[in-house]
Amino acid sequence: MTEPIDIAVIGGGNAALCAAITAAEAGARVLILETAPKPYRGGNSRHTRNFRCMHHGPLGPLVDSYTEEEYLADLMKVTDGKTDEGLARLAIRSSEECLPWMEAHGVRFQPSLSGTLSLARTNAFFLGGGKSLVNAYYRTAEALGVRVLYEAAVSHLELEDDRIACLDYTHDGQTHRISPKSVVVASGGFQADTDWLARAWGPAAKNFLIRGTPYNRGVVLADLLDQGVAQVGDPTQCHAVAIDGRAPKFDGGIVTRLDCVPFSIVVNKNAQRFYDEGEDVWPKRYAIWGRLVAAQPDQVGYVIIDAKSLKLFMPSVFPPIEADTLEDLADKMGLPPDELRRTVDEFNNACGDTSAFHPTELDGVATKGLNPPKTNWARPITDPPFYGYSLRTGVTFTYLGLKVDERAQCSVGNRPVSNLWAAGETMAGSILGQGYLAGFGMTIGTVFGRIAGKEAAAHANAT
Amino acid sequence: MQMQPDLIQEARRQAEICNACRYCEGYCSVFPALHRERAFADGDITHLANLCHNCRGCYYACQYTAPHEFDLNLPKALAEVRQDSWKAHAWPRPFAELFERSGVAMAAFLTLSFALLFALAQWMRPEGGEGFYAFMSHSLMVAIFAPAFLLPLLTLVVSLRGYWQSTGAQAVRLSDLGDALRSAGRMRNLEGGHGDGCNFEDEDRFSHARRHAHQAVLYGFLLCFASTSSATVMHYVFGLEAPYGFFSLPKLLGVPGGLLLTLGCGLLAWLKTRADRDLGAPRYWGGEMAFVLLLGAVGATGLALYAATGTAAVPALLALHLGLVLTFFLLTPYSKMAHGFYRLAALTIEAAKVRKTGA
Repeated sequence: MTEPIDIAVIGGGNAALCAAITAAEAGARVLILETAPKPYRGGNSRHTRNFRCMHHGPLGPLVDSYTEEEYLADLMKVTDGKTDEGLARLAIRSSEECLPWMEAHGVRFQPSLSGTLSLARTNAFFLGGGKSLVNAYYRTAEALGVRVLYEAAVSHLELEDDRIACLDYTHDGQTHRISPKSVVVASGGFQADTDWLARAWGPAAKNFLIRGTPYNRGVVLADLLDQGVAQVGDPTQCHAVAIDGRAPKFDGGIVTRLDCVPFSIVVNKNAQRFYDEGEDVWPKRYAIWGRLVAAQPDQVGYVIIDAKSLKLFMPSVFPPIEADTLEDLADKMGLPPDELRRTVDEFNNACGDTSAFHPTELDGVATKGLNPPKTNWARPITDPPFYGYSLRTGVTFTYLGLKVDERAQCSVGNRPVSNLWAAGETMAGSILGQGYLAGFGMTIGTVFGRIAGKEAAAHANAT
Repeated sequence: MQMQPDLIQEARRQAEICNACRYCEGYCSVFPALHRERAFADGDITHLANLCHNCRGCYYACQYTAPHEFDLNLPKALAEVRQDSWKAHAWPRPFAELFERSGVAMAAFLTLSFALLFALAQWMRPEGGEGFYAFMSHSLMVAIFAPAFLLPLLTLVVSLRGYWQSTGAQAVRLSDLGDALRSAGRMRNLEGGHGDGCNFEDEDRFSHARRHAHQAVLYGFLLCFASTSSATVMHYVFGLEAPYGFFSLPKLLGVPGGLLLTLGCGLLAWLKTRADRDLGAPRYWGGEMAFVLLLGAVGATGLALYAATGTAAVPALLALHLGLVLTFFLLTPYSKMAHGFYRLAALTIEAAKVRKTGA
């Protein structure tokens, strides 16, 4: 790196790009250091598809209104109040102005995707998904003169008193040391480092699948935390969903999700049910099932449905396991057949009148006298062929991260680090204490990416 | 002829992954059509393949392209099936092999037709006649070109009937054809859903270059066709024989048509050299390029012939132009030109399906 730079942005996903673009528009010379090779650039943003957005009246693809209070209430519900209300409100309020900004910087939206109509009011979907957003931002950034290095792995940031003096990265087999005026960290969580996950979760974590990029290994996060930079969040908290157990270890992305749980019973490896499968519509429940499955023996669950439910949910990427009897299905799935038969019979006997069954609404078709109950969509599992899927915990991103203030600035010992900002998943734990709200990760990344870029540029321009 | 099962199977594998993802829903007609199904019969895959305009938006937006283990490249998978479907339905069947060697076939046909026409112009030169007819009589031209135009159309009818049956298409209405024509007229499927165009000549950058070039070729071709048709009417109905002055219908349609055709083909050929060949059917790249150049040459020699009026270059240029036209006509069912017919059929079938399912 011979040309001088003002700002180093570590990471190459949505938050990093929003920061880089904002800083470059403020006149700063920006360098993006992206660990991944070009085809895998963009971190987890590559797999995203929407942006949760507050709005008063129709905005872009969004219908009606979605107020700050309603948005916050949704967040409070999923996090059980474990959030920083000030930062949460900042993210929510700023989201409204982000949407036109995103469009102005190349992002294109579309009406809600089929199968996600329940989100038409709250979430704006990217045409082509997150990778198209990432592509558009790289085009915009490069047109603004932002330089991008792929396969540039940052290994260390040198903290001296209250500032980052320099940073080290390797590229093309060589180590480089640069001293930018400002540094933005937007390099995600640590979920791809399964050893770190195992330290937090215990050996069970080795059975987790990582839904997104294999490059978010928390190297920079660990380096900064080791030097005393303030941390936030619980290392066991993360965005985790239950996904198809046959998904690849890394990078399976959206297609590995299964939407059949509300129409099923889910059992563990002993063929025992363990939670109310019909508690709420799937978009509001998919994010708790990752933890539910993680708590079961061998961190695995098995979804059982029958023929009448097969077409009620989005097609799966891997075909379901199929058998004409429950016993055969149990055999094929490695479950104890007698136990499965007993569990299904018990469930079927607890089902009542199913005439009100309605697959897309809470229909109140519930079991009676069963523990745990199934409180909606409870229809007996009787029609062959029977179908099964295995479920595993799929981690999207971890919440342990860098604590930031409303200017996205990091701190050490209650003092701000004068030239260090963080954005995106690496600081999302500041707002998400637990749980997850669909599309909120992109909101946090966009809002705090822009703030970090603006602050980093102001600092660089003033020094 | 059977379609290649491995090509269909690969496209099916990819379509099933796409159906579980759906991020590309807004790009073109392929995805709503794909999302309508839960399982894909061979005919469904063929239909999707011919609906695909190879805009490549889905490839560059895809999180599962290589090196990802899912290794998606839907534009390529569909291009391979599309090419194979044309080949499988080509009639008479022995000519289907021409698809594989379009470029060579065109060169050979062109050489032969040029030689033939040049010879005819030399040795069967009419006694009288003005303009072109000084070198080749009107009746001789009709004797050659009427069958050369009509026979390929006839074989295309046979091919399309087979295609129609293989996709399991049901009854369509005139309004479905209207929808298809409107879609093709605007090249709606190269608009990218957002109206920014498609990806082609510069990776993931959206542009209208390819769409506009294609429009120029399409409308240029139609103008040239209208020019010839108007001349035919003038000749037979009104007894007005060529040559025609500039302010006549054949020239007023033909000159802009020739210009659009020539420029459009030039731009398409250039864009084609910039684009990633591996997002299409690479084996057919040469044949497609040869076709674009052939069509462009038809336009360019037509204009040159007009410009050369009254000079000594006319006999050679006439033979060249007519040789190009003859080659183009005869190879229509076995070259890239076939795509227009299949595409229109696919768009019509799709319009009917959308009408029936409401999605």
